[in-house]
Amino acid sequence: MRSKTFRESYREDIKVFQTLWVKLWLTTFVAFLLSVPLWADPYVIYMINLAGVSVIAAMGLNILTGFTGQISLGHSAFVALGAYTSAILATRLGLPFWLCIPAGGGVAAFFGILLGFPCLRLKGLYLAMATMSFGVVIEYTVTHWESMTMGVRGISMPKASLLGISLGDDARFFYVILAFVLLLTLAAKNLVRTRVGRAFVAIRDRDIAAEVIGVNLTQYKVISFAISSFYGGVAGGLYSYYMGYLHPENFTILLSIEYIAMIIIGGMGSILGAIFGGIFLTVIPDVIKAFAELLGQHLPFLQGRYDEEWNIATFGALIMLFLIVEPTGLNGIWGRIKTCFKNWPFTY
Amino acid sequence: MGLLEIQRLSLCFGGIVALDKVDMTVQKGELHAVIGPNGAGKTSLFNCLCGIYRPTGGDILLDGKSIAALKPHHIGKLGVARTFQNIELFAQMTVIDNLLLGRHLHMHSGPFSGALFFGKALEEELDNRRKVEEIIDFLEIEKVRKKPVGTLPYGIRKRVELGRALAMDPRILLLDEPVAGMNLEETEDIARFVLDIQEEMGTTIIMVEHDMGVVMDIADRITVLDFGVKIAEGSPVEIQRNPRVILAYLGEEQ
Repeated sequence: MRSKTFRESYREDIKVFQTLWVKLWLTTFVAFLLSVPLWADPYVIYMINLAGVSVIAAMGLNILTGFTGQISLGHSAFVALGAYTSAILATRLGLPFWLCIPAGGGVAAFFGILLGFPCLRLKGLYLAMATMSFGVVIEYTVTHWESMTMGVRGISMPKASLLGISLGDDARFFYVILAFVLLLTLAAKNLVRTRVGRAFVAIRDRDIAAEVIGVNLTQYKVISFAISSFYGGVAGGLYSYYMGYLHPENFTILLSIEYIAMIIIGGMGSILGAIFGGIFLTVIPDVIKAFAELLGQHLPFLQGRYDEEWNIATFGALIMLFLIVEPTGLNGIWGRIKTCFKNWPFTY
Repeated sequence: MGLLEIQRLSLCFGGIVALDKVDMTVQKGELHAVIGPNGAGKTSLFNCLCGIYRPTGGDILLDGKSIAALKPHHIGKLGVARTFQNIELFAQMTVIDNLLLGRHLHMHSGPFSGALFFGKALEEELDNRRKVEEIIDFLEIEKVRKKPVGTLPYGIRKRVELGRALAMDPRILLLDEPVAGMNLEETEDIARFVLDIQEEMGTTIIMVEHDMGVVMDIADRITVLDFGVKIAEGSPVEIQRNPRVILAYLGEEQ
C-alpha cells in the first residue's frame, strides 16, 4: 500500500497526477468511458450526455462562485446565450457545429464581461440579485425577440456533423461531449493551480489583502466572469445540438438554481466537485421518479402523484442538507474516503 | 530626500480626523517604527501608504513621485508590501500557495497559458517556486509548507504573512504589529527576522508596534502619533526622554 510519495523536484511536486497508479487508473477509466456507447443502454448514454453538459456548465459556475467567490444566480443566462448563438448561427448561416459551439462560448463570454463590469463593486446578496436580474432579462429576450429566437415556437437544430460524418445519434454525440468535458476539465484544473487561479481564490478569501499583494481586482473578476460564462456558453451550444430543439423554457431561473445546487452538493471551489455535482443532479430526478413510483405501489394515495415539483423540492432539501452536514460537498466525502484508504490499516 | 516622503498627510472619516497633517520621512534602508496609543492613527497611516484609504489631504511621495491616488495593486507594483495587524492570509490555501500569491506581480502567465500549463507558464511556476522555497527556508517554516494556513497556529501564521510580503521582493516593507500577541521566544524570532531582512536584503522597513522593548531595540528612528497628530520623531533614546511622548503614554502627574 502506498502511503507517502517521495518527490525529487518541484516539477514532480506540482503534477496533477502524482503516481503511476493514478495515471493507470485514470487511463483505464477514460478507456472505459470510450467503450460506453458500444455496450450501454441508450438511456444510460442519454443520461451520461446530459450529465456531461451539466458538468461543463457547473465547472464554469464553480470557477466564478466556488473559486472567485462571486455568487451568480444568472448562470442559466450564459447557457441560454451559448445555446441560442449556436442555434442561430447553425440555422441561419449554416455554420458547421465545430464553429458554432466555440462561437456560443465566445458570445457568452462577451456578455459575461459586460455583466462583470457593473458587478465589480457588488458582493454577496447584491451580486446574487444583479446576476439573477440578468438571467431574467436574457430569458425575457429569448422569449420575446421572435424574429431572432423564434420565441416560444423554439428552434429546431440541424444534426451535427464533422468531416462528412454525421454525429446526430446519441452514441456518436457522446464522444463530442466527452471530448469537450475532458478538454475543459483539464483546462480548468490547470487554470486553478496557476497564477490566475490563485488570484481568484485570493479574491474569494481576502479581497483587500489580494489587492495589496498586487492582484488587480477589476481585471481578475472580469476574467473570472468571462471564463465562467464561456464554459456556460459551450455547455449551452452542446445542449442545443444534442437536444435538437431549443425552447426558452429550458433556461429559466430554476436552471440557475440547479447549477448552484450542483456546485454546493458537488463541492464549492473544486474541479472534481463540479463533476460530482453535475452528474449527481442530472441523475437525481430519475432516482426520485423511480422512488416515487416505488412508493406509489405501496402507498395508494401517492400513486401517480409524481411531478417535476418533487425534483425542485428535493434540490432545495439537498442544498440545505449539504450546507449543514457536508459543506465541502461530495468532493469532501470523496477526499475522506481516499485518505481513509491511503492510511489503511493505520487510523491516521 | 528620503525614499518615502509623507507630507502633511490628512485623513478624515466624516467628522473624525484619523490623521492630521502628518509629516514623515523614511530613508532608504532604515527601520522606522511608528508608535502611539490605541487609535492614534498608525494603521490608518499604513492603509494610506498602501492605497486602501485615499488620503483627504497632503501627499505621499515614493522616489519623489506621488502614490497617494494610486490603487493598492499599483502601489504593490512599485515595491511596497505589507502585513496586517489581524492576519489577512488566504486561509484555505497552503503556505506555498500563499507565498506564490506574493509572487503574483513577478509572474505573467494569463488565463490561456495557465490553462495550457505548458512551456513558459510551467517554467514560471517552477522558477517562482524556487524563490518561494528560499523564503520558506529563511523563515524556518519548512514543516508546514503544504498545510492550509487556516490550520496553523497564530505565531506561524504571522510568519507566513511576513513571508508572503517578502515574496513580493519589496523595497519598502510595512509591518503592522508583527509581534502582537506573541510570547518572548516568538517575539525574539520575529525581531531577528526583521533585522535580517533589513540587513541582508537591504529592505526599508516601517513598523507599527506596541511592544516597546522590540521597538527600542531594533528601530533606527521612531515616529510617535497621538490622536492623528505627530508628536515626536527621533532616535529611540530621544523618544524615551521626550516629555510629550511620556505624557501621551503615561498621562500627567497629579
